[in-house]
Amino acid sequence: MRRFILHRLGVLVPTLIFVSMMIFALQQLLPGDPALALAGEERDPQVIQFLRARYHLDQPLPVRYAYWIGGVLHGDLGESIRIQRPVAELVLEKLPVTGELTVMAMIIALTIGIPAGIVAAVKRGTAWDVAANAVALWGLSTPNFWLGILMILLFSVHLGWLPASGYVSPFESLWGNLSTLIMPAFVLGNAIAAVIMRHTRSAMLQVMRSDYVRTARAKGLSERVVILKHGLRNALGPVITLGALEFGQLLSGAVLTEQVFTIPGFGKLVVDAVFNRDYAVVQGVVLCTASFYILLNLAADLLYAAINPRLRA
Amino acid sequence: MRGLIRSGLTALAFSSLVAQAAGAQQLRVGLQEDPDALDPTISRTFVGRIVFASLCDKLFDITPDLKLVPRLATGYEWSSDQKSLILKLRDGVLFQDGTKMDAAAVKYTLDRHLTLPGSTRKSEMAGVTGIEVVDPLTVKIALSAPFAPLIAVLSDRAGMIVSPKAAEAGATAFANHPVCAGPFKFVERIPQDRIVLERFPDYWDKGQIKLDKITFLPIPDSAVRLANLKSGDLDLIERVAPTDLDEVKSNPKLITASIGELGYQGITINTNNGPQAKSPIGSDERVRQAFSLSIDREALVQVVYNGFFIADDQWTGPASPFHIKRPAPARDIAKAKALLAAAGQPHPTVNLTVPNTPTLMQVGQVLQSMAAEAGFDVKLQAIEFASGLAASSKGELEAFVLAWSGRTDPDGNIFSFVSCGGALNDGKYCNKEVDAALQTGRTASDFAERKAAYDKITEITGRELPIIYLFHQQWLWAMSKSVKGFTPYPDGILRFNNVTKG
Repeated sequence: MRRFILHRLGVLVPTLIFVSMMIFALQQLLPGDPALALAGEERDPQVIQFLRARYHLDQPLPVRYAYWIGGVLHGDLGESIRIQRPVAELVLEKLPVTGELTVMAMIIALTIGIPAGIVAAVKRGTAWDVAANAVALWGLSTPNFWLGILMILLFSVHLGWLPASGYVSPFESLWGNLSTLIMPAFVLGNAIAAVIMRHTRSAMLQVMRSDYVRTARAKGLSERVVILKHGLRNALGPVITLGALEFGQLLSGAVLTEQVFTIPGFGKLVVDAVFNRDYAVVQGVVLCTASFYILLNLAADLLYAAINPRLRA
Repeated sequence: MRGLIRSGLTALAFSSLVAQAAGAQQLRVGLQEDPDALDPTISRTFVGRIVFASLCDKLFDITPDLKLVPRLATGYEWSSDQKSLILKLRDGVLFQDGTKMDAAAVKYTLDRHLTLPGSTRKSEMAGVTGIEVVDPLTVKIALSAPFAPLIAVLSDRAGMIVSPKAAEAGATAFANHPVCAGPFKFVERIPQDRIVLERFPDYWDKGQIKLDKITFLPIPDSAVRLANLKSGDLDLIERVAPTDLDEVKSNPKLITASIGELGYQGITINTNNGPQAKSPIGSDERVRQAFSLSIDREALVQVVYNGFFIADDQWTGPASPFHIKRPAPARDIAKAKALLAAAGQPHPTVNLTVPNTPTLMQVGQVLQSMAAEAGFDVKLQAIEFASGLAASSKGELEAFVLAWSGRTDPDGNIFSFVSCGGALNDGKYCNKEVDAALQTGRTASDFAERKAAYDKITEITGRELPIIYLFHQQWLWAMSKSVKGFTPYPDGILRFNNVTKG
């Protein structure tokens, strides 16, 4: 297990270096001059020149990359040109918000997806199965932004139950926090719930046909124990891997959801930064997200190894 | 136990009363964007000016009918050669950190505008050669040449006086905790989430301020901004989409306010910037005249903006005293065709670049179909705004749909756009006669003389058309009926003097 972890960590470093280069290179493909975009409506030539010099925009690409990566290695992700705050500070401020949103969305997705998948598999071919598949199809094919706006119209404008947008820290008000996050978390978790449901269903169907399940039944175990202990436990492996991968999807889905619900998280930070050509912010956020995603995959592998002893060798 | 319950209930009732009282005085304002750095010296966004209006008082301000009125200054006097300006300052004004606003602070701020690296105010004050403290309440500003728009410049960000003590902490520290002499002081800012200001108890004009707290919440999507207003999560929203006007008006809980802007929406034509200027529309003013004549501006604003915006072909807003009072020119297809025939271009192709927002794309499509009737083949190119700006300034576009938010003094709406070598003159249009009139507009102190100069510019640019002006927006705000005393200003900036809630 130790070797396994060390091996995976060894792969992590070159992956992150490659990712940092890709982030930097891809961003250069964005059309438009960042100094011009940041100089405001007046487009003062002196301000444009100042911004170019201050943020090394007048230097060749490799030099700019060296400046950036040098700073990153020293824990300095740079400074937002637009609002003049260190990117690391912004990232630390926004990370808990998006983290909370995605975790809540994942809890919603798992709470809906796994039981629905089990029911659909166990009651295969019945109305339950058809209904679960229909709901999953609906979840997969509903665009986030559309569902978000519909929910705002229903729960905020018509019923007045929940705030239409914004974010309240749980330390400020727990109810305020839940009331601002429940709609976006549902919108975000909705599509993932559908994916998890379908995968749980197919994994369960496969497992429930296996010999050891038949043996468990032959031993006279109750159907509940057979499904949950013998069936679900074995079916969960691929679902966990999928869950970790979908976590990455949640992070990208959060970009859109945060825009619709005006949640000051990672997604909103990066979208605003892209539109304003605030390069340091885009680079910092994407690097952190990519690192997080890579670590998540590592965690999924470890978890997978933990529940499946055959992989530890 | 009973005592505990009673004291609990009393505390609850008290806290609810406090909350109600606090709620009655708090205003939550929905902004279209998140402002940039909160430092008047380096601020570059329109939305930043909205926040500054509550945070930082200016030397002068405008009235809704664009008259300049003193604020931190009590009066001014020009020297006989118009090359120096004496400012008299208001006594007893404190910054929000308790320090005194005086001539030294004014000198410090104006010097900071001129010297701070990255200052966006420097170009606005380009003619200023020195600032001198005459006495604690008098400042003398020396100029290299007469500059009539200076008072108007000092009625915007350049006239916002900052606390030298706070600014000494450094530009970044100041932007993260700005200190000025305005009615509300800075409490906190969470980027992309909120900016919170609370009433400054020692404000010099505190009788005008009825609110205790203002929270600015940036919500870019206009539909979500409106949904928040309707649900009661916001009290006031700015830049309501004209297409939502009927919906707002039909809601009994909401009211609206509107006023014509100082700026304009136009099409910048590349007449002289690189190979793209060789296009039919760039190289021949008759083609530009034909294009302008092919547009039915009234129909354009009717179709795209529910008729809410103001069709016009001038660069001054309708509220400006420099605006020529006449209706938008009528569409004349026959004349447009005749002009194209005279130019030897009966069916010219025009590559029109449009920022890729849904409404501006509609503007482009309407223009395309209108111009087609005169014989134009308009090819629309959608572009992301920042990329469009870069391409336009490099001369890579033929014609670009571009707006300007407007300034109080006419100089701010025309000089940089049409002067030879002007910073915003993307098409590199150059006409010495226009330049001379622009200089007269800048240096003359007499209104009639300035008006004559700007009328001449309107006449020449209206013929040569380096920019084809289309319409003026109307600023549109929507608010809860409980918000009283709101006055719209043509600069689109929110001022909360005498605004109450509840």
